[in-house]
Amino acid sequence: MLSYIIQRLFLMIPTMIGISIISFAIIQLPPGDYLTSVLAAMADSDVNFSDEQIAKMRANYGLDEPMIMQYVKWIWGIVSRGDFGYSFEWNRPVSELIWERMGSTLSISLLSLLFVWAVSLPIGIYSAVNRHSLGDHIATFFGFLGLAIPNFILALTLMYVSFKYFGQSVGGLYSPEFAEQPMSWAKFVDLLKHVWVPVVVIGTAGTAALIRILRANLTDELNKPYVLTARAKGLPEHTAILRYPVRVALNPFVSAIGWVLPQLISGITITAIVLNLPTAGPLLLRSLIAQDMYLAGSFILLMGMLTLIGMLLSDILLALLDPRIRFH
Amino acid sequence: MTDTYIHPIKDTDATPVLTVKNLSVDFHLRTHILHAVRKVSFALHKGKTMALVGESGSGKSVTTRAIMRLLDKEARQTSGEITLHGDDGDIRITDLDPKGKAIRQIRGRRIALIFQEPMSSLSPVHTIGSQIGEALRLHRGLSKREAMDETVKLLEQVEIKDPAAMAKRYTFEFSGGMRQRAMIAMALACDPDVLIADEPTTALDVTTQAEVMDLLKRLQEHRGMALLLITHDLGLVAEVADEVAVMRFGRLVERGPIDDIFHNPQTAYAKKLLASTMRLERPSELRDRRDRTSDPAVLSVRGLCKSFGVTNWRGQEIHAVRAVKDASFDLYPGESLGIVGESGSGKTTLGRMILRVIEPTAGEIGYRETDGRVSDVAAMDKPELAKFHRDVRLIFQDPFASLNPRMTIKQIIAEPLVVNGVMQGVELEARVGELLELVGMDRGAMERYPHAFSGGQRQRFSIARSLALNPRIIIADEATSALDVSIRAQILDLLIELQKKLNLSFLFIAHDISVVRYFCDRVLVMHHGRIVEQGDAETVCTAPKEPYTKALLSAVPNPDPRDKRMVHRTKFVAEEV
Repeated sequence: MLSYIIQRLFLMIPTMIGISIISFAIIQLPPGDYLTSVLAAMADSDVNFSDEQIAKMRANYGLDEPMIMQYVKWIWGIVSRGDFGYSFEWNRPVSELIWERMGSTLSISLLSLLFVWAVSLPIGIYSAVNRHSLGDHIATFFGFLGLAIPNFILALTLMYVSFKYFGQSVGGLYSPEFAEQPMSWAKFVDLLKHVWVPVVVIGTAGTAALIRILRANLTDELNKPYVLTARAKGLPEHTAILRYPVRVALNPFVSAIGWVLPQLISGITITAIVLNLPTAGPLLLRSLIAQDMYLAGSFILLMGMLTLIGMLLSDILLALLDPRIRFH
Repeated sequence: MTDTYIHPIKDTDATPVLTVKNLSVDFHLRTHILHAVRKVSFALHKGKTMALVGESGSGKSVTTRAIMRLLDKEARQTSGEITLHGDDGDIRITDLDPKGKAIRQIRGRRIALIFQEPMSSLSPVHTIGSQIGEALRLHRGLSKREAMDETVKLLEQVEIKDPAAMAKRYTFEFSGGMRQRAMIAMALACDPDVLIADEPTTALDVTTQAEVMDLLKRLQEHRGMALLLITHDLGLVAEVADEVAVMRFGRLVERGPIDDIFHNPQTAYAKKLLASTMRLERPSELRDRRDRTSDPAVLSVRGLCKSFGVTNWRGQEIHAVRAVKDASFDLYPGESLGIVGESGSGKTTLGRMILRVIEPTAGEIGYRETDGRVSDVAAMDKPELAKFHRDVRLIFQDPFASLNPRMTIKQIIAEPLVVNGVMQGVELEARVGELLELVGMDRGAMERYPHAFSGGQRQRFSIARSLALNPRIIIADEATSALDVSIRAQILDLLIELQKKLNLSFLFIAHDISVVRYFCDRVLVMHHGRIVEQGDAETVCTAPKEPYTKALLSAVPNPDPRDKRMVHRTKFVAEEV
């Protein structure tokens, strides 16, 4: 098992190199660079520069070098001293900006994942065991509704509900009076009051998807002979189901981490903008629009890394859960 | 034929443990109601074995599920009563709530169940020990540790080596026979009064089957259990049963002591069932038994080897499994050569290597073309191989999985012709029609889909497909083992007729020795990847020379209760290889 993990970690290195090249290439793809977008903004307010000035500025930002040189410098900075480069727009080191946002992003993502699990597991089991019953139809209906409603609509609705009926401030993770304060019990309670909206919004689609997956998987497993064996042993119905087929059908739940983690972090951009959350999504969007290349590149790189870590985590958990995988 | 023919039972002093009276079960399907079991009555006696026989779909399994109150949602029990007799009074099982506590007290403790698929009847994600221990803790109230000790004892009783270590293993680390032993250990955990074994050995090799049945009989005698054995194998019934009940279309057709059923059957169906079993006990009368070994061989295999390497993550070979070792044999034109062996003996690998689906590690396969030229299949390049594949075709085991359900019969049979660009249009249709008639099917089947046909009919389509390109050799890998006995003989007869008509050579891979004897001219016996004996089929099957072949043959159940072969079999102890 340990050698397997080490082996997987080594295999991550070439993948990471590939991801870094691709992410750097992506941010170079749109025509122009950060300077062009700055100049365009300047031109709007009638400030014009001579070609000489522009060339000087370009050299200042290091944008006159060939793309490969820029890439090598950027990567060397990351590998040698953890320096992800400098954000042109914010005038601050990229790493500072990202770490600031990563905490809230990760905690919201993990909370959403827990929400997804907590809701979809019981409903999925119920749906599979009582297939085509009224309860199953209702769960299916809400499941599809959850999949179909765009996140931002749900976000707006929930914001309205929490404002109108619970009298809370709209958007963000904290009420205005707590925003600048250090962490305290009161602030934590305030956080809990706010955090449920994004968690529900972000988790709904994933919940609906997992319910369907669990229902389909468990339906297959319920007809396997080993379930009959368990019943023939004299086990009560619920024990027979929970201990045997559910255990086998759980695999997609764990592998969900692999795809849910990056999706939660990048896919919630629109929700985060609507809800004004201090997460990574809006920052990434802004940096892409402004062609703030090091910030955007570092974000994409980190996202790639999170995906790899998520996959590794889910593979390790799968191996722990399912001996068949462990022994192969 | 509405009533059951019941042979009189001579000794009536045995006390019944379980009685089934007038049991009927209906299945409410979407379009109609299926009467799966109709008015079935029988009784199980202490220490006695009752065999329930019949072809697939005759309602055998549904009957056992009704006894355990484990029927599917769609099933309704419409009449009848099942009573469990015990020292503390009788319990009417049919009155119990299928999800209630009372029936759970009976399941696993007084009535236990073993069933067919040892691969899937145990959970893949729990250890063997935890699955057996669960029953002990449930019914005997043992603690975790006591249950573990008891489990080890049980595994020892079912003759699993190193039981303490094996209890901690998972099912996929066990072979089929060992899983079935573990399953038996689980069923016996609480010393049940009745043991229901639903096709317990169907998925096992003959030698493993013999061992498992031996074990079951011994444990039954020791504990005085009643055994209800469900099977379609009359040979097995003759070896172990005391009483037989024959089922067909949900009805009990005939019931009586074993000797009466086998030597004095009264109903037409029982006679037919016995006849089709007995027919497979000797060589087919359709065959002209000419010696062809003096003709030039169409296929001569020399020194063929295959090892499957296990590599570590850097691609280095750690150790190799030698699946086939130094196989040499000849196949003559118009001849059927049988390859028999247990699972894992390398017979399927050998067949696939000849087609080069699996690349041989060493050796040569000489193929004599129609013009007399001999070329080595092992050295052929792609275009040559494509041509070779037109001459050598394959028939698969499972008639349900080997036909694409989304294609019509015409498309399925025509596919090899279309893929090879041989013909199209009207010509193609005429050829498909011709092939269908060749395998005894109506041309009208062309536009229909496979699901409309039974297993035997589907296997005919597979055969038609394999004949489409006028092959010279057909490799049939367990082509009849998924079929019921009566249909098995029909398909074999069809193959023999086709062979005579088209001068085909068959390479017939099977684990069922009676089928090989019925169908083949010569036979190879494989064991651990090595050909241990080859020769004339009749000679090998009646007077084998090698100890392994002797052991294998003696493990084959004999469908005659007066001559129990399996019980007195010779055992083969393999020398380490």
